[in-house]
Amino acid sequence: MPTNDTTSGTRRSAALLGIALALLIVAAVVTTLAARSRWWLPPLASAQGRSIDQLFIATFGIISVAFVLVHGLLALFVWLYRDRGQRASYWHENRALELTYTIIPAIVMTGLTLSAAGLWSRIHSAPPPQALVVEVRGEQFGWKARYPGPDGKFGRIDPRHYSARENPWALDPADPAAQDDLVLDISTTGELHLVVDRPVEVRIRAKDVLHSFFIPAFRVKQDAVPGMVTSIWFTPTQTGPYEIACAELCGPLHYIMRGKVVVQTQEEYDAWLAQTRS
Amino acid sequence: MAHVAHAEAQAGHELSFWRKYIFSQDHKVIGIQYALTSMFMAVLGGLLAMFIRLQLGWPGQSWPLLGRLFPSGMPDGQMNQAFYLASVTMHGTIMIFFVLTTLLTGGFGNFLIPLMIGARDMAFPFLNMLSYWLYPPAIIILLASFFVSGGAAGGGWTAYPPLSALPGAAPGSGLGQTLWLISLALLILAFLFGSLNYITTILQLRARGLSMMRLPLTIWGLFVTAILSLLAFPVLLAAAIMLLFDRIGGTSFFVPAGLLIGSVPVDHRGGNPLLWQHLFWFLGHPEVYVLILPPMGMISDILANNARKPIFGYRFMVGSIVAIAFLSFLVWGHHMYTSGMAPVLGTAFMTTTLVIAVPSAIKTFNWLATLWRAKIRFTSAMLFALGFLSLFVTGGLTGIVLAQPPVDIYFQDTFFVVAHFHFVMASAAIFASFAGTYYWFPKMFGRMMNERLGKWHFWLTFVGIYATFFPMHYAGFMGMMRRIYSPQIYAHLQGLQPLNVFVSIAAFVLFAAQFIFLYNFFRSLFRGPQAERNPWRATTLEWEAPSPPPHLNWGETLPTVQRWAYDYSPPDMAEDFQPQAAPAAVPTGRSREGRGDGGHAR
Repeated sequence: MPTNDTTSGTRRSAALLGIALALLIVAAVVTTLAARSRWWLPPLASAQGRSIDQLFIATFGIISVAFVLVHGLLALFVWLYRDRGQRASYWHENRALELTYTIIPAIVMTGLTLSAAGLWSRIHSAPPPQALVVEVRGEQFGWKARYPGPDGKFGRIDPRHYSARENPWALDPADPAAQDDLVLDISTTGELHLVVDRPVEVRIRAKDVLHSFFIPAFRVKQDAVPGMVTSIWFTPTQTGPYEIACAELCGPLHYIMRGKVVVQTQEEYDAWLAQTRS
Repeated sequence: MAHVAHAEAQAGHELSFWRKYIFSQDHKVIGIQYALTSMFMAVLGGLLAMFIRLQLGWPGQSWPLLGRLFPSGMPDGQMNQAFYLASVTMHGTIMIFFVLTTLLTGGFGNFLIPLMIGARDMAFPFLNMLSYWLYPPAIIILLASFFVSGGAAGGGWTAYPPLSALPGAAPGSGLGQTLWLISLALLILAFLFGSLNYITTILQLRARGLSMMRLPLTIWGLFVTAILSLLAFPVLLAAAIMLLFDRIGGTSFFVPAGLLIGSVPVDHRGGNPLLWQHLFWFLGHPEVYVLILPPMGMISDILANNARKPIFGYRFMVGSIVAIAFLSFLVWGHHMYTSGMAPVLGTAFMTTTLVIAVPSAIKTFNWLATLWRAKIRFTSAMLFALGFLSLFVTGGLTGIVLAQPPVDIYFQDTFFVVAHFHFVMASAAIFASFAGTYYWFPKMFGRMMNERLGKWHFWLTFVGIYATFFPMHYAGFMGMMRRIYSPQIYAHLQGLQPLNVFVSIAAFVLFAAQFIFLYNFFRSLFRGPQAERNPWRATTLEWEAPSPPPHLNWGETLPTVQRWAYDYSPPDMAEDFQPQAAPAAVPTGRSREGRGDGGHAR
């Protein structure tokens, strides 16, 4: 044997690896516990987010058990079965054992699939009728929003009428519904105003390339796709200011494509709307 | 084929230097050419990762020395956004296509397939040479793109249109993106030539007695990978050509009507950006398995050899490779849960994705069962194989989080995804490549690598990988987006900077540790001790040939296979291994029922 592995070398390697794997388990657990106070999901502020977080925590628990189990067995085996001059056992088939670790993961995966599918279909169900409806549009490199006027209708958009200053939403002046639309730049001067505990449907457009409408606190993310209107609905549960980020690479200044949301009570919202419209 | 080759071997004429080392049709030379070129690209890809970490660790910091080296990308020593995105894009492109794919299939595949199945060469040696010689031009075109106006492509390795389709949309969407597409198209042709060759060779040129169910798992991994490549890469090739036409031919496959870049209307209509995503991930997901099935096979063989024990559950292992490969064609939509794709598809793709966890679990527990009551020797190859197990499990488990669309809403396009695939695909595949290099180096070059340096390399790499990629999960928890030049302006990402500094330093150490490997590799090439024919006391056929094997591999006669590939520590034998080609032992009177070859074709 050209390797310089002596018995003591094997023992040292086995001990090192066993300890390293055990330390890995400890480090993973300790850093995760430490991360909970500093590096965790941002405080939750939406109704849908609660179910998402619960599913995430449940899944995280399951995979943590598997992580500890596999690394624990690995650490144990490399120590116990290091070369000490013994003969390895000629054992390479056990149908019952193999079926066990086929069936158990299959059951766990089925459970996860069912619970995730239920939540997914609730998230993508039709928004409730009392929901606020707003539009946002992603563009290089900011977010714009529009609210329908008192007629409750969004006006038609025609890119031929685009003007960065006068008509940034490219509203069609020929459409009466477009006359009273309220348009805001929610990356610079304005904010996207939402009402606490009132569902909101956000319809998302893109002016140029792909973007992704991401509000971490609401656990909301939906791509803005040129040529399509995508949508997502959710219910903010906490008043206050929040951030919109862009989560899809959209060009060199992708990293500054930030927007602002503010969640208010219905009265505050009504007052803001009346004031802004006048 | 074998007859022709045999006749040529007996003629015994010396090949010229060019035919022997440069335009060689010998699978071993081509394999080594692929491996060395991949190593060169790996250094480049790693260097680009260092740029990414330099920026994320210290955003806004000026590095005057680097500024002098890269005046256009880092004017006054401060990295500009376009250069950052080019680094991100090219790091991914190079590592996935130009390093791991080429190294695993082109390097290990070429070298090992004929040797492990007892053939003299590939079925189509000329096609094989052609396959390699498409690779350097692809590299030259890719690297040239750094020096064109606007720099290299900056749209990510996924090159999502319209960003990648509209030259006016970003600096990196200029000529650099066109060159990226041409380079990729060339490389895909190389993969297709290779895959055709591997499939034909494995089906047609196996030694006598080597039935499919006696193949080592390395060959199973490479065989199924070749089928995956052959079915998936043409789709990306077609998509790349369509995108090229959108860019230079005025077509509109991926660009819809009514777009404005700034205030400039875009003259396209009728395309759909989601079409690219479907086509891209139809390749992109099988590609992940192109990078992980050969490692799974190689790891199985290296584990069995160093545990001196048969691989546990050979049939389940083969079955799970085939199952994973089949399922990999049905899961591409899990990259698109938030893309605007119909939500019902999200449910379907989640189901197929979570099913993959089952064959993956089978493989993991079979590897663990292989170690149970084994006799483990800790060679460098074995350490990397055990490290692979850990990385594959760590990365695979976070896949279960991402597979669920409601949870993925939050984690999509965050660093949690970056951490996930760097464990399960990148690090795991790299660990298998290192394990394979330490294990097969003696066969490739007839010399041994230094075990002491190998162990240092392992420990620094193993710790370095966990220190680099594990904290990225936490950045993902906080919601840090991928591909951002700096997280600093976001309120929800405040407090992240110490973590990013830690990750960057760990990444530098990890990168530096790889020079131990390079030193060991090149030093051993010239100074390593002579290798025996079978230094690891292994069972598989490649160890029957001399180290290194001569042209056409075998002498007068081809080996004949007597048994399966895993006869380690068989009962009633003094030796603790019995090679596949060793003549059947004289029966000793004891029952030989239940041995691994029982039931398999003879």
